[in-house]
Amino acid sequence: MRLRYPDSIRIIRLPCTGKVDVGYLLRAFEKGADGVYVVGCMEGDCRYNRGNLRAKKRVAEARRILDIVGIGGDRVQMFNLSSAEGPKFAQIAVDMTEKIKAMGPNPLKLKKMKKAA
Amino acid sequence: MIVAERKSIEEIIEYIKDRDKVLIVGCNECVTVCEAGGKKEVGVLASALRMYFMNQGKEIKIDEVTMERQCDHEYLEEIRNIVDQYQAIVSLACGVGVQFMSEKYFKTQVYPGVNTCFMGVTEERGVWSERCQGCGQCILATTGGICPVSRCAKRLLNGPCGGSSKGMCEIGGEVPCAWQIIIDKLTALGRLDDYEKLAPIKDWSKERAGGPRKVVREDVRQ
Repeated sequence: MRLRYPDSIRIIRLPCTGKVDVGYLLRAFEKGADGVYVVGCMEGDCRYNRGNLRAKKRVAEARRILDIVGIGGDRVQMFNLSSAEGPKFAQIAVDMTEKIKAMGPNPLKLKKMKKAA
Repeated sequence: MIVAERKSIEEIIEYIKDRDKVLIVGCNECVTVCEAGGKKEVGVLASALRMYFMNQGKEIKIDEVTMERQCDHEYLEEIRNIVDQYQAIVSLACGVGVQFMSEKYFKTQVYPGVNTCFMGVTEERGVWSERCQGCGQCILATTGGICPVSRCAKRLLNGPCGGSSKGMCEIGGEVPCAWQIIIDKLTALGRLDDYEKLAPIKDWSKERAGGPRKVVREDVRQ
């Protein structure tokens, strides 16, 4: 299944989406990420029972904070799919990349570039 | 533990918007347990503030530190060498920690990062409820270990009022009637006779009505 997806995406592997923390998501934007999405198992199918449900709430909290600070909560999103859904994984990567491209770069990155210039 | 709630990021932005260098200080005790002011919350708040001000084109340096406790001299001393570098501190400790910090570092502005709510328990993760008001004269021995001072809306000491209905308080919000719990507990203990004993008038001077309180123990005092 030699599927292609955009090479602008950096995958950070975690043992479970339950390891995702609001701080991790925010830190990614502070460091200049244009968008972050969390890919977890199907709801109700977590090996650790509630890891993906915890992640869902943390993603919602990160979105709330990013809206407050002016980065835009829509830059963070969570998806749920099973490990057998390779084509869906690749499609999500394409969709998310297009969505973030339409939103433009992380405003902080532009500010940093202006400051450096 | 002392239970606190996070203040809104907008409120904290208002406090520090005119400063150049700010230190966010967390506390490893109660506010860590109630997830309002521990190391994680310090990280999230500091990150959010840095992004906000950077996005606004303002250069504010925001640093983070979390100490073991903010209600003891020995831990507060840990920042003595760096405190002068900052124009303001945002303390995520309870009101006790904020004040002790403010008293200790008299020339530094200390802002509260949380709203301190009450002394309570973790019912479940994300749910905390009040159990003690520090009235200074504990009566739990006669009420089956359930406190009518903190858990009855009217702080009644001799049985429920007419607003107790099906075990719930008339103020709503799914607040259980403290006296219903007391009666249930005394029944379970086989000590319902205690319920018949009239509680004497409580000495409220030992509560806040008597002004700020202090405990001094000469046997352990230095």
